[in-house]
Amino acid sequence: MVNSPSADAPVWSIVGPLSAHFAMLSLMAIGGGVVMVAPEMQRYVVDAHHWISAEQFSAAYAIAQAAPGPNLLFVTLVGWQVAGWAGAAVATLAILLPPAALTIAMMRLSTNRAPGRFGRAVGKGLAPISVGLVFATGWILLRGGSGDWSAVAVALLAAFMVLRTTINPVWMIAAGAAAGVMGLI
Amino acid sequence: MKISPLQLFIAFSQMALSGFGGVLPFAYRALVERRRWLSAEEFPKLLALSQVMPGPTICNLSVMFGYRGMIALPIAIVLVLGIGYQQFGDLPPVRRALAGMSAAVAGLIVATAVKMARAMPRRIAPICLLALAFAGVGVMRFPLLPVMAFVAPAGILLAWRERW
Repeated sequence: MVNSPSADAPVWSIVGPLSAHFAMLSLMAIGGGVVMVAPEMQRYVVDAHHWISAEQFSAAYAIAQAAPGPNLLFVTLVGWQVAGWAGAAVATLAILLPPAALTIAMMRLSTNRAPGRFGRAVGKGLAPISVGLVFATGWILLRGGSGDWSAVAVALLAAFMVLRTTINPVWMIAAGAAAGVMGLI
Repeated sequence: MKISPLQLFIAFSQMALSGFGGVLPFAYRALVERRRWLSAEEFPKLLALSQVMPGPTICNLSVMFGYRGMIALPIAIVLVLGIGYQQFGDLPPVRRALAGMSAAVAGLIVATAVKMARAMPRRIAPICLLALAFAGVGVMRFPLLPVMAFVAPAGILLAWRERW
């Protein structure tokens, strides 16, 4: 069994702050999806609260990415590792509901209205920040794993293959798993 | 055209389950090309709206179009895998496999970031904003909130003044 350092704390003392923090982050994920708030989630559950380890966080991300479906489901796994079924439910709802409510409200309010000058400036001004945060996610996932040169080599190879070929990315994950089992990482 | 909730559920489940490493290309094929529920003009409009809104892009698109199928089955799969990880995650081969998967996934994310960066104008202001966000949150591990409180207004102001 993978040990959860948070196993002794009462569940409500974790799911309360966890849901509030994830709900706030869900509203900050503009332009890059949950990938861009992953570093902050990792800092919160690993560094600030020590609920799970960096290795567990990276594993949750890798599992969710390898499984079919939207990769935001790593949030479900993180919640589950932190506080069991309650954590999984609360983390998932916290990441989905606030943006969904906002989206529905926006659709009720304005149908097909083009954004004004300020709206365009927000979109344009935040875009490079989202890209920087997605880079940050790649960086912290690499550091959360073994982080040595062989892991960096696998990451660079996977990035290169995705950028230069049309191979389905899921094969890169499978190849990474194989390299790991063979002891290359 | 009237689409039943069941049809929606099936269509979004199919999309979600075929979407290894991102669902968007499958969403386009299913919604526009195969089922013709959206026209080629409507899809990018809805997508643009769901990208400006906070939250996972594909889920915002799904909200506008039928949510549950996108989430229900994938969540079950991911939880089964998570339980497997909790049971067997300490076994050395599983641990090594996951370390390898994490490294590959980190590479995939970097590739996504590179693709996004390529679409950006090569000007000093956006490059500085990108670097500040990466260094602050990724390398220095500062909390996201203070970093955003600094770079977000700077980015919006620079974009407003048309500095790139």
